[in-house]
Amino acid sequence: MVNYVWLAMVFFGVVAAAASGHIEAVTMAAVEGAQTAVKTSFSLIAIITFWLGIMKLAEAAGLVRGLANLARPLTRFLFPGVPRDHPAIGAIVMNLSANMLGLGNAATPMGLIAMQELQKLNRGDKDTATPAMCTFLALNTSCITLIPTTIIGIRILYGSQDPTAVVGTTIFATSLATVVAVTADRILRRLYGQGG
Amino acid sequence: MYQLLSGISRWAIPAVLLIVPIVALLKGVKVFEVFVEGAEEGFATAIKTIPYLVAMLVAVTIFRSSGAMKMTTRFLAPVLDHIGFPAEVLPHAIMRPLSGGAALGIATELIKTHGPDSFIGNLVSTMQGSSDTTFYVLTLYFGSVGIRRYRYSIISGLLADLTTLVASVYAVRVFLHH
Repeated sequence: MVNYVWLAMVFFGVVAAAASGHIEAVTMAAVEGAQTAVKTSFSLIAIITFWLGIMKLAEAAGLVRGLANLARPLTRFLFPGVPRDHPAIGAIVMNLSANMLGLGNAATPMGLIAMQELQKLNRGDKDTATPAMCTFLALNTSCITLIPTTIIGIRILYGSQDPTAVVGTTIFATSLATVVAVTADRILRRLYGQGG
Repeated sequence: MYQLLSGISRWAIPAVLLIVPIVALLKGVKVFEVFVEGAEEGFATAIKTIPYLVAMLVAVTIFRSSGAMKMTTRFLAPVLDHIGFPAEVLPHAIMRPLSGGAALGIATELIKTHGPDSFIGNLVSTMQGSSDTTFYVLTLYFGSVGIRRYRYSIISGLLADLTTLVASVYAVRVFLHH
């Protein structure tokens, strides 16, 4: 699937550029995209390093396990394949909480830590996503948000009479998307089979 | 309710930074040493994502800069018109799963042009807040642990994005009376 999407973007991009007579846009876009990617990865070094340190402390203090225990009813349903005291659960819970509060800078490192822990549980091919990873990313990309911080800032900037009016509509849309994502994940998991 | 939530949002990280080291210290953890030990892997984790992000962002940028994105918009606009989805917001809907920065740019432009409290302003605000950059998240998260086969993840991610689109139109029309 990802192969087709990737190829389609490049293919239609080149065709569109050729058709409109500015083929040089493709080369420039390729360089620009690569640079953005490297910049993004480099800027992640700082926050990931910081949050990995904090997470290690939280783990040593027994707080990650405590958090995992609190969320157990929910995580047992969502991640049946992950052992209940596994550090992955703690990281998943922290990632989702940070997402809900609109704390993107903390959410990403937590998510990457969760993925590392889930990868440790990957008994199959290390190149292939496990069902638990797919569920986690379904939750993550549908992104349950309670406070859309960035957009509220922009609304205030452009003189909104009611900048937080969209909080309710956002929570409605994001909740529905999460339900759909989790349901789709469950159905697809069965269609694709448990293995690999 | 919003005041309470944004208060929690503002206090969450400082509270974590206060509680975690104190509890660790009380449990006899050597806080500085353990922090450094955990932080050690940060560099490798971030660097590992480079090839995956380069692959994804090169494709996304070509798609956007070449005019292919605009053509897709023109093609899809009449279809979405049927569910009352304005053509102006379509570039945002297409870019949202692909590029967070580009989508935010489009959202800002639309809010500036049409006003934050207009139908389009409220719609694009809702869409921006309620979805994530699906392809970026998948690439980054899977890339950091060397996963190359995403299986069905893209399907559930895109279904969520589609739901967001329809639900946003509905919510803004019904709750905000546009």
